[in-house]
Amino acid sequence: MFRVYSNTRVIYGLCRALNNQISKRYQSSSSSSSTTTTAAANVALEPNVSKMSMFSGHIKGAITNNLEFIRPENITPISMYQVLDSDGSIKEKSHTPNFTDEDLIKMYKDMTLLNVLDRILYESQRQGRISFYMTNFGEEATHIGSAAALNAKDLVYGQYREAGVLMYRGFKLHEFIDQCFGNARSSCKGVQMPVHYGSTDLSFVTISSTLATQMPQAVALNEMRPVLIEAMTLRVGHHSTSDDSSAYRSIDEVRSRDKRDNPSLRVRKYMYNRGCWNEEKDEQWTKDSQKMVMEAFANCEKTKRAPISTMFENIYDKMEPHLQRQMKEMKEHVRQNHDHFPLSLYEQSST
Amino acid sequence: MNLPIHRLITTVSTCSSFFLRRRLAHFTFFKDKPDPSHGPTKEMNLCQTIQNALGITLGNDHTAIIFGEDVAFGGVFRCTADLRSKYGADRVFNTPLCEQGIVAFGIGAAVAGTTAIAEIQFADYIFPAYDQIVNEAAKYRYRSQNLFNCGRLTIRAPWGAVGHGALYHSQSPEAQFLHTPGIKVVIPRSAIQAKGLLLSCIKDDNPCIFFEPKILYRSAKEDVPLKEYTIPLSKAEIISEGSDVTLVSWGTQVHVIREVAQMAAKDNISCEVIDLRTILPWDIDTICQSVSKTGRLLISHEAPITGGVGAEIAATVSKECFLNLEAPIERVCGYDIHPIPHVFEPFYFPSKWRCLEVLKRMLNF
Repeated sequence: MFRVYSNTRVIYGLCRALNNQISKRYQSSSSSSSTTTTAAANVALEPNVSKMSMFSGHIKGAITNNLEFIRPENITPISMYQVLDSDGSIKEKSHTPNFTDEDLIKMYKDMTLLNVLDRILYESQRQGRISFYMTNFGEEATHIGSAAALNAKDLVYGQYREAGVLMYRGFKLHEFIDQCFGNARSSCKGVQMPVHYGSTDLSFVTISSTLATQMPQAVALNEMRPVLIEAMTLRVGHHSTSDDSSAYRSIDEVRSRDKRDNPSLRVRKYMYNRGCWNEEKDEQWTKDSQKMVMEAFANCEKTKRAPISTMFENIYDKMEPHLQRQMKEMKEHVRQNHDHFPLSLYEQSST
Repeated sequence: MNLPIHRLITTVSTCSSFFLRRRLAHFTFFKDKPDPSHGPTKEMNLCQTIQNALGITLGNDHTAIIFGEDVAFGGVFRCTADLRSKYGADRVFNTPLCEQGIVAFGIGAAVAGTTAIAEIQFADYIFPAYDQIVNEAAKYRYRSQNLFNCGRLTIRAPWGAVGHGALYHSQSPEAQFLHTPGIKVVIPRSAIQAKGLLLSCIKDDNPCIFFEPKILYRSAKEDVPLKEYTIPLSKAEIISEGSDVTLVSWGTQVHVIREVAQMAAKDNISCEVIDLRTILPWDIDTICQSVSKTGRLLISHEAPITGGVGAEIAATVSKECFLNLEAPIERVCGYDIHPIPHVFEPFYFPSKWRCLEVLKRMLNF
């Protein structure tokens, strides 16, 4: 009984203290309301108090008495910084990058080789030789530029349309194509869809299909303040071989914008003006790059897939007992039903 | 709401006796003895033990970092108390309130070669990080075929019923992760177990989720060895041997089934009590060997029954031990409602009484 009484006294005291707080902060807008002492019923904003007693130190904004909605259409859009215009000229001369002719030619060749690789692999999907592909048209310069600005050992967490970084860093043509075929030499041994490349040597973390999930992972590496560079590009091609983008955008508009703003085109014009590249060299390079890709392709198509035991590997660092059991079950089933499976496409298991 | 104060007081006074009763826990904590070969011990509760294990890690591994919401001042359960002042602000630091970011950051750090220990403030809040755990961490090694991995990531989270946690401070979501190959899920029942299992998770080269039964943070006091020791993962522990029925559980619920075993002994029922310890990958062999001997299996867990970890164990054991079974496999778990509705917790719980009732049914089958 006594304990109950002391509890209620405590609670009464608490409520009273709360009331005082509440009446200090809020004024009832309708003074004719009842004498109840609760909060929320009628709340009006406090009149302007220039001493910011309610806010802690990190809120720096001033207090206003004007109620105004922030409308996106009234805000000036962020300007887009551009160095090279559509004619291949640098408008702001003081911002001319410090590239040698060799730097430029390497970057241009990487961009255009990627274009050729994209064209051939896209076609090969259409012909049913690989299952899926995604091109990089329109975005090549962001890949090459980013890679060129980084050190070779800087860890890159890419997404599925950033193959140019690998091209710049020296991923070989057959390495791209092997991964698209999912054969035994592929960087992920055929476990992922095409274009999901990765390389420890080139410090490029293996790509996953999910978007933006790699961004907070990359933040873990930066000890200074993170920088966001939003590179504005036009994705010229379809999203993938499963997409026909005419369903949701005007192809004519894409074509006309590409004619004017294509990054490879702009760089080429700049190089022509600079005198380190010309039409003859360009024609020869087009022929050479085609040949290189076709040769690599023919080679890769013949390579077998990894042994079927591969699909149980690398779930954990070591193969756990339950996986060993399941692998054994699968192998036994395949052995007894071997004519139901295209085993000739796969290397033999060592076990 | 216009409730006059004087009415509020009378309502509270009738409730207060209810509040008193609620403070009694639903289980009796069974203290274990330390391994004598582990040397000198100190009486510590679960939270102090976690702090001890984390301190050992920070001391031995210069790459180790601990991060999460509010860990800097010591954490809402004091598990990271004094670590920042001892090891530095670059080793123990706060993150924004963003579970997806906490786990993703941990993945990135682990990939780059750091021992990353992420804290999720309550297991109930782990779901914004679910995509990062399932689609990234779990698949990192597999999708790159071992070019990259985040094995050095450990995620810790307070777990399970606490008496008044209601829907968002009581969950035991281990089943949601059981279905994800590539990660390991570990749940200790006590302080001594927690230290060894946590250190194993940190050392294990796979991303691990370590759930800490929050109701045991203060109440689970044991003499915990001071030195560094590990307890193997994926190895269940037979706490007490028996011949009539196998009881399996993990975390807080282990103490409930230990008490059930004691109560059953009065009726001459001999129970074999097993703590599963690692939920994924789980120790199929120990459980099946036990059930082959006893012929009966009762699995108990706090989480709702449908699709819970008990379902996986029951299905596997019924296949492996079919001819040995004397009775159907039983599961005594939470009901298929959201765990745990605040004032209804005593009714939700897979209590010792419910377990005993089912046990007797199995013996009389």
